[in-house]
Formats: sequence, C-alpha cells, structure tokens
Amino acid sequence: MDLEKIFKPETIAVIGVSLTNAAHPANVIYNKNRLRYEARTFAVNPRGGRIRADVLYRSLNEIPEKIDLAVIAVKAELVLSVVEECINSGVKGAIIISGGFAETGLSDLQDRLAALAREAQFPFIGPNCLGVYAAPRMDTFFIPSERMVRPEKGKVTMISQSGGVVVDQMVKATAEGVGLSTAISIGNKALIKEADLLRYFAGDPGTDVITFYIEGFGKNEGREFALAASECKKPIIVLKAGKTSAGNKAVSSHTASMAGDYQVFSAVMAQKGVVEAIDEFELMAFAESLSCYPRNIDGKIGIITGSGGHGALCTDACISHGLVVPVLNEETQLAIKEVLSPVLSNIASCANPVDLTGSSTDDDFLAAARVLSKNPDIDCIIMLLLPYIPGITVDIGAKLGMMHQQEGKPIIAYVPHVEKYRIIVEGFNVYNVPVAHSVEDAVHMAEAMRRNKSC
Amino acid sequence: MLTKEMNDLLQSAQTYGWVMEPFAKQLFVLAGMNVPQFTWTHNLEGAISFVRGTGYPVVMKIVSPQVVHKSDVGGVVVGITDDAGLANAFNSMSKISGFSGVIVEKMVKGIEMIIGANNDEQYGPVILLGFGGTATEIYRDISLAMAPLCEADVDKMIRGLKAFTLLEGFRGSERANIEDLKMLVVRFSELVVDLGETMESIDLNPVMCSAKRCVIADARIMIRK
Repeated sequence: MDLEKIFKPETIAVIGVSLTNAAHPANVIYNKNRLRYEARTFAVNPRGGRIRADVLYRSLNEIPEKIDLAVIAVKAELVLSVVEECINSGVKGAIIISGGFAETGLSDLQDRLAALAREAQFPFIGPNCLGVYAAPRMDTFFIPSERMVRPEKGKVTMISQSGGVVVDQMVKATAEGVGLSTAISIGNKALIKEADLLRYFAGDPGTDVITFYIEGFGKNEGREFALAASECKKPIIVLKAGKTSAGNKAVSSHTASMAGDYQVFSAVMAQKGVVEAIDEFELMAFAESLSCYPRNIDGKIGIITGSGGHGALCTDACISHGLVVPVLNEETQLAIKEVLSPVLSNIASCANPVDLTGSSTDDDFLAAARVLSKNPDIDCIIMLLLPYIPGITVDIGAKLGMMHQQEGKPIIAYVPHVEKYRIIVEGFNVYNVPVAHSVEDAVHMAEAMRRNKSC
Repeated sequence: MLTKEMNDLLQSAQTYGWVMEPFAKQLFVLAGMNVPQFTWTHNLEGAISFVRGTGYPVVMKIVSPQVVHKSDVGGVVVGITDDAGLANAFNSMSKISGFSGVIVEKMVKGIEMIIGANNDEQYGPVILLGFGGTATEIYRDISLAMAPLCEADVDKMIRGLKAFTLLEGFRGSERANIEDLKMLVVRFSELVVDLGETMESIDLNPVMCSAKRCVIADARIMIRK
C-alpha cells in the first residue's frame, strides 16, 4: 500500500464537520488546516450548508478537486460507509480519528473496517487516533492551533501508539530545539502498524531519525517490526511502555519462563541495532544526538571540562553506561599543554578528563578540542562548559560549533542554566552540535551513538 | 528444510505433546549438532554391551512418555562407574511408570550451558542462551535474540553474558570451545525456524561446553498438539 498521500497530501477532505458544534474534532481539524496549513482543505457533511464563508460539501463527489486524504471524524457506526465512499471516489488514504472500535470492545467492527480497506488496498491510520502532524503541510491533531507547540521543522519523525505521549514529546522537542519532520499517533493501528510506518519513513527523504513509543505488539508484529528495522539505514529509537508483566503464565520450560515479553522486546531491539530509551527524557536526548550524528561510534570519550568535579562525575557516568574514557598518551597530553594559555600550564590536567580549570578561556577550550578532534583514540568529545567561568564568552557555542564543522568529530556540549545562557546553546545548535542540560544527559547522547547500529 | 526422517521423529511425539529424549537426540544429530554417544535400550544386557564399548563412567536416564521432568522421579543417575551401579540404576528405573527403556550415555564434562527456543506470540521463534543446569532460573544469566541467528548475533549473545569470562578460561581452567558453541547455536536457530509452528518450546539443558566441544547432554522439545 502506498502511504505517500497520507503524509504528503495536496488536498484534504475533513469528513464530519459539524454545523452546530465548533469544538467538534472535525471542526478543530478543518479550521486549523484551512487557515494555517498548505494542503487545500475541504469540509464535508451530508447536510451541506456553510461553515463561515466556506462551502460544506454534501459528499466527496461535490468537491471540485480530486481528494488525496480523507480525515474521518464521524460516529464509529458510520465509518465503514464513509470509507466505502472514499474508496469509490478514488481518495488515496484516510486518517480515522473516530473512537468506538477495539478500545471499547468493538473488535468486530474494527476487523470489518480493516478487511474492507485491505481488500481495496486503501491505507488508513487509526482508528481512535490524533493522526498526523506534518507542518507546514497539514496537522490532523484535534487540538486547537493556539494550544499546540510548534516545533521547528527538522528531520526527526515520531510515531506513537498514544496521542497524549506524542504531544508531550513535541513539547520536549520544541524545548530542546529538536527539529520535527512528522509526528504520528497511530491509535488502534487496525491496518497500518509500526512496521509499515518504519518501512515508509526509512525511504522518506525528509526523515533522518525515527522514534517510536510502543505499548504492545499483536501476533507476529514484533517480528515484522524487527525485520523492518534491520533493513532500515536510519537510526531508530524506541520507548516501550508495559515493561513489567502483571500476568503470571504457567510455563512448561526454562526458556519460556525466562524469556518474558519485555526481555524479548529489549533483546530483539538491541540485536537489530534499534536504540531503546528507558524513559521519555532519554528518548529526546537520543533523538537529539542521533539527528546530529547518525553514525555509530565505539564509545571512546574525550572529556574537556572547566571543573574537576564535573569531569569526575562525567567519567563515572560514562563508565556506568558502557563507554570508555581512555587516558591520553604522553604525546597528546604535551600537545594539549603546548596550545593552552601559559597561565594554565601548571594547573590544567590533560590526562582525560582534560580539566582546563576556572582560569580557562574560549581559546583554551577550542585548542584542547582541536587536539582531541585529531586524536584517533577518541571518537566523541563531551564538552562540559561552565559559562560562569569569567574567561568564557557568549560566543563559545558558535566557535566550538564551527570548529566541529571543520574537524568532523562528534562533540556533545553540556551547558547548565539554559535560561541565562541560551545564546551559547543556540550557537551550538546552528552548527548541529547537540546540547545537554545535565552531565548525565550528555553521556546518554554519547551512549545512543554507541548503541546505534553502524550505517 | 526438515527432512522426512526428521518429520518422522516429530510425528512420534504427536500423541504426547513432547519429544522423548532419544528421538530428540536423533533429531539434533540429523541437524548436525553434537550429542554424547548413547544407546537406548529396554534391558540391562543392552546397557552393559554399550558400556563395554565406551567404558565407564556413564549416565542412565529414564525414557517414558509419562515423565517430562526425569530427575523429579529418580529418572537420572549420573556417575555410574561399574556394572553393579548400572544394574541398580536399571532396576529402579524399570519400575517408573510408562517405562520405555533407558538411555545410557557417556558422561560428558564441561561448563553447563542452556540453549533454548520459544515460539513467541509477537516475535516468532526466539533463542535463549545462558548458563544452564538445574539452577539456571536462579542465576538468570541469559541472552535472547530472534531466530534465525548468524554467527555475529551469537557472538554478541555470548559476550552479553555476565559470566562470559568463565567460558574464556578462568583461573587456570581451560577455555571452552566457543567456536563450537557458536556453531551449535546457529544450527539450532536454523532448526528452530524450520520447525516453525510445530514447536512450542525447546530446552537444551545442560549443553556441556569443554575445551574440545559443546555437547547436548539433555534436551526436551515441547510441540504443539
């Protein structure tokens, strides 16, 4: 099935727009798409009439343009006939917002819907979902426009079984400056499942990183997903809910008893090079770092710090996350010493962590980072920047970012107290250097690069 | 692909829901996996003549369609070193319900591993590798992966075990034949894929890994009726 028009429609019909209820999901969706987004959007209601100055079309056939995507927000019992109408009028796909299917016990209705669509090769997302956010083209989330965050356009696609969770992730992405390509709430996933979306976005030129929030897989769905993941060349990040098992199945073998649902999920994801995040914060840190650095590293970390304590904490965190912090050889240590300000020559420590102390300046950070960038024993640099140090200026982010662009070695920056020093963070962001707001987060970012499969 | 011979062996299990050890071992031999030298006999004479060929020590195990957990009913005697021991073990086992003879096999030494498979609802055939023996569920030092496996997958599974160092030779003990273990797991994973929906779960426990080779000392295949 071709999903292209679900995510890149030129024309949208919103079916179920109400004449009387302005807060109806169909109205919210129609209004925001009509007023704010690029896809040409039409409203449909069999009663006809007008909504503001716009025509409310009685049926798809009345619309003067060919429709790519139908957004269906009618009562569950009417969905089947609406989908039939879509198929007959040559619509390319649908997003079914309506609830009242398997989640309320009406699995039979949902199965009939899926069978009808499968037979006609008619792709749809949902039912019981928020659908697709793909600004500036379209947005079917039934949240009034002014209540939504608007993340920067970027290359991360987020796919979620929960609408609420994906909206939260968009808020976090916006806060962290992570650019978003598409966000999808898949709801009951009656037809289009995670594996189908993974295959589609693996080939989507607008997507570099794909994240999933997964609650559960149906029969054989986990296998399908793992097989799709092993063919995908882009970084994939997953966050799983339902890690703990409430059920105590009676099992007849050691293997069955030790291979619990979550254990198998986690093992299979690692086997196929998918990066598993343990919570939503890790998910965002992973998305940020892998969207900057999609290539795999061994995890040999060089730490440059303005404070001995931060260096020590960072080293501990690296080790506990399976990264190494190799001691630099004499030659490299000397090379660093030589390029530092004379005032540091007796107080800086250059073993790794490279501790430049509170007497350091922008130039010292740049010089040390340049030496480590050229050192083959280090494949990623964590830069613990303490902007309170008097010799550090607001230009440090942009300066280090530019140096990273020249040298090519991944750098992860830690910058505390973001509200005060946002300009430093933005300097890094311009040059595609991820910025963490805790030492632990910086280490998570490096860990994601180690666990991401080689591309 | 399962051969006709393999299918015949599995057929024998349809009535009970699991494959008795001698059939299971024949199946593994056909799939190119190592099992200890063994005989399946219904009388003491058969046991004695086997030992005359291989020598002591040997293990004796009950074969009965009614006994899935052999050690629970006194159906496993290890370390038999003479004819009297062999006769004693045989006599007591012949009284176990459903007695269909005994397996006598050469004692094998090594580190006890478990290799298992499970037909997972969401992921299909999944392979488990870990430190085995009767206490395997206490240590739970295991790796899991989706079948079929390539050698690199198995290599990662082995290195993912907490007690991996034990296999590499610890404090003067010899390094286990890890290459042989890898080959065994790869072949096992292929067999499991071939078995498909027929299989419910398989425990190879223990698999004895020594410096020379890795041998399936005991096996249980549960099939879907």
